Amino acid sequence: MGRVKLPIGPQHPALKEPENFTITLDGERVVDVDIRIGYTHRGIEKLMESRTYTQNLYLVERICGICSYAHVENFTQNVEEILGIQIPKRAEYIRTLFLELERLHSHFLWLGVAGHEIGFDTLFMYTWQDREVVQDLLEMISGNRVNYAMNAIGGVRRDVSVEHQKKVLQGMDYLEKRAEYYKEVAINEKTILARAENVGILKTKDALKFSAVGPTARASGITVDIRKDDPYASYLDTPFDVITTNTNDVLGRVVVRVLEIFESIKIIRYLMAHLPVGEIVTKAPRKVPEGESISHTEAPRGEDFHYLRSNGTEKPERYKVRTPTLANLPALAEMLKGTYLADVPIIVAAIDPCMGCMDRVLLLKGNEKPGELVDGERLRRYSIKWFAERGWKA
Amino acid sequence: MFKGLVKWARVKSPWILHMNCGSCNGCDIEILAALIPRLDVERFGVLLKGTPRHADVLVCTGPVTKQMKERLKRVYDQMPEPKFVVVVGQCGSSGGIYQGAYGVEGGIDTVIPVNAYIPGCPPRPDAIADGLIKLLASIDKGGKP
Repeated sequence: MGRVKLPIGPQHPALKEPENFTITLDGERVVDVDIRIGYTHRGIEKLMESRTYTQNLYLVERICGICSYAHVENFTQNVEEILGIQIPKRAEYIRTLFLELERLHSHFLWLGVAGHEIGFDTLFMYTWQDREVVQDLLEMISGNRVNYAMNAIGGVRRDVSVEHQKKVLQGMDYLEKRAEYYKEVAINEKTILARAENVGILKTKDALKFSAVGPTARASGITVDIRKDDPYASYLDTPFDVITTNTNDVLGRVVVRVLEIFESIKIIRYLMAHLPVGEIVTKAPRKVPEGESISHTEAPRGEDFHYLRSNGTEKPERYKVRTPTLANLPALAEMLKGTYLADVPIIVAAIDPCMGCMDRVLLLKGNEKPGELVDGERLRRYSIKWFAERGWKA
Repeated sequence: MFKGLVKWARVKSPWILHMNCGSCNGCDIEILAALIPRLDVERFGVLLKGTPRHADVLVCTGPVTKQMKERLKRVYDQMPEPKFVVVVGQCGSSGGIYQGAYGVEGGIDTVIPVNAYIPGCPPRPDAIADGLIKLLASIDKGGKP
């Protein structure tokens, strides 16, 4: 039987977001994968250039609805670096608290989605129910469940009271108990083992070659974590471990994320015990002087990278975002090769894709000819010809 | 009598199709959060379906991006009559925060007719459940809202 091309997406029950995977099949085996992105491209980077820094705080948050806080954190870090502002210690701790709460809710969410993809909907209902505990804590402190609007340039907008701290610690006790249970489930439950073990293999050398990030890389035995490698917020003071496994498969990615839940709980407990007293925000000017800055944070899915160039006005000149899902896509294409078609949804889910934040490119399909690759020498000759035609001397 | 039976079935068990037309995911996770045991919209018979051909209600999120415009139309056309469209979120209602972006077409109602809007960025799961129930009530009263 010949090879069959099977398009999955953009609208497909296995994908929560519009993305297109064209899978070449030989029988049941996946031979090749062609990933087409850009369905949720909105043009946020360009839009940011037409809005002020304060307005952009809200726009940046809506790059992604799940790891929204990691994006805002990056944006504020960038602006603060150019302004040369040192934010108060208490604000740093509150930011770290939010980063970790976000990781908790994202990992619980992912565990449920992974369960859903392998037909284990009970796990989905269980983890999402527990995720509501984190959502309640986030709502209690910030007033919002998803986009927290917590950061201001120069600090945070809302304080964490003693009562909040008590509630957060109570929530952590409950979540730790639940996470213990999920650890048991992930390691011993036959339903998960049958679907996740030795599926979606990404060898360590491939993970390095395709620059995988976050839990995907850590499940392939690479110790990479921006929180440790280049500490930001208050991660320098906070003791925690980087979780890695070397099983290289989907099960490894489940285990890494479940164990990271424990690390996050540990960090939050430390933060609550050592929360410094003082101001939560320093005043920042509206205009940002000329300068360039980069910032990267460890979002729940991996390294989230932002670049900012300012030109002395109230608006940025250029803003660039590279999100973890985009970095993981080449590795995903590698993982899918040679697997069975039925395993495709869980492998795609295993990198925890967030297409909404990933789509930074727009592919326009028209009648134009396909582009060609031009080397330096040809380009030089072309430029000489171009200038000569116009009567200029190169 | 048969018509009454069909309407009763439709109101008691509306099958929904969730479609992301370029949203940031915030509304999408809140829609799923409305399905979990805390709110459990399934007790109103709401079932999430995978294909437009099974769905009565299309639940859309996000501003329509240029890429998704044609797909949204196609999915809408594939749904059997009578069909209802619920828009979840501010950007689906009007373009919201993404207004003016070059990749964004505008609200969902610039592409397909809409029956109900649930505003918020993102709306809380209880607001989504409330919106769905209000839609069902208006279907029950008669025809399209």
